[in-house]
Amino acid sequence: MAAGEELTLSSHIQHHLTNAKMCTVDGSVAFNKACSEAGFWTWHVDTLAWSIGLGLLFLWIFRSAATKATTGVPGKFQCFIEMVVELVATNVKDTYHGKSKLIAPLALTIFVWVFLMNLMDLIPVDFLPAFAGVVGEQAFGMDSHDVYMKIVPTTDINLTAALAIGVFILMIGYSIRIKGVLGFIKELTLHPFSSKNVPLQIILIPANLLLETIALVAKPFSLALRLFGNLYAGEMIFILIGAVGLAQLPLHFVWAVFHILVIVLQAFVFMMLTIVYLSMASSDNH
Amino acid sequence: MNLNATLIGELIAFAVFVLFCMKFVWPPLINAIEARQKKIADGLAASDRAEKDLALAQDKAKDQLKDAKAQAADIIEQAKKREAKMLDEAVHKANAERENILAIGRAELEAERNRLREELRKQVAALAVAGAEKILQRSIDEAAHSDILEKLVQEL
Repeated sequence: MAAGEELTLSSHIQHHLTNAKMCTVDGSVAFNKACSEAGFWTWHVDTLAWSIGLGLLFLWIFRSAATKATTGVPGKFQCFIEMVVELVATNVKDTYHGKSKLIAPLALTIFVWVFLMNLMDLIPVDFLPAFAGVVGEQAFGMDSHDVYMKIVPTTDINLTAALAIGVFILMIGYSIRIKGVLGFIKELTLHPFSSKNVPLQIILIPANLLLETIALVAKPFSLALRLFGNLYAGEMIFILIGAVGLAQLPLHFVWAVFHILVIVLQAFVFMMLTIVYLSMASSDNH
Repeated sequence: MNLNATLIGELIAFAVFVLFCMKFVWPPLINAIEARQKKIADGLAASDRAEKDLALAQDKAKDQLKDAKAQAADIIEQAKKREAKMLDEAVHKANAERENILAIGRAELEAERNRLREELRKQVAALAVAGAEKILQRSIDEAAHSDILEKLVQEL
């Protein structure tokens, strides 16, 4: 019995932590367990659907505020949107000193989008997966245990890695645009150990290259893993709390209140670090 | 860690979102905010300027009021002086006139009195002569009464 209970609990957790997968097997579309052999070409449809849906929600909200934006007395909705925009604009202005039309909208997109995706964490963990299970059972005749639904896209390493890679590409792009290819290579090879003695400098190049490359690559890694780790851990706690019966109510409340802080903070940290990294990439002095 | 094709999908979605945000969301919002900030700054500057102008105008008005008051006081002072002078002159003139008129009156009175007295004396003398004539008609004794008559004439 005890073993059985443990099995149910662990399978419950496992079920919650599994994405809905889609892939093509032998030229036809397959889902979930059929995709276990599909390798790289597997799509997490729940992550994609929720993240793109929330991204569109963000763009729709802000676009509707933008089209109605007035320079006169703003309404409450416009005030709220402008507060967010000003928060981002202030941080960008304080941190990024170059001229760029991209940084501020990038920071705004990251902040609001990541916040919205994190916000999904506050929806009680069983609501939407259970709903999806019922829909799958009624509409498609599937076993409800075979219906997977992970509603927090930021607990999927694919999404956080995609964001980090996007920022990483921009970092490289800005480095090359501001400093030129040669400047970028110099930055990677002539620091932190430099010498006026040319042969000595040549000897130092491999060490510099190693250190600088690690420092460069560590940035997207830390971006992706910080967001993923925080949200995954938070989600895990929610799942565990959801498994303890009636006692979950006060526990869930306390953890959710605490989590409000975490989701805003993680969105803000991701945005700030993006700005800082791009600012470092754009500044000449090392 | 099962990185898979989702990564590519999310990367594309991310790029599209950022581009859309950069083209259609950020510029109108930040423009509206900056335009409003400029408007408010202009308004504040204008109100500052207006306040300064007001203070200046108030100072000017105060100065003018002071000047006007001083001028008015001056005019009143002068008018009072002139009034006093005119009054004085009039009094003097009137006094002189009065003295003149009084002197003329007195002189006329004196002359009339003298004339009347003369006339009266003449009449009394005639009366006395007539009376004396009547007495004389009754008792003619010139010698006995001449001294009395003489005395009478002397007294008149």
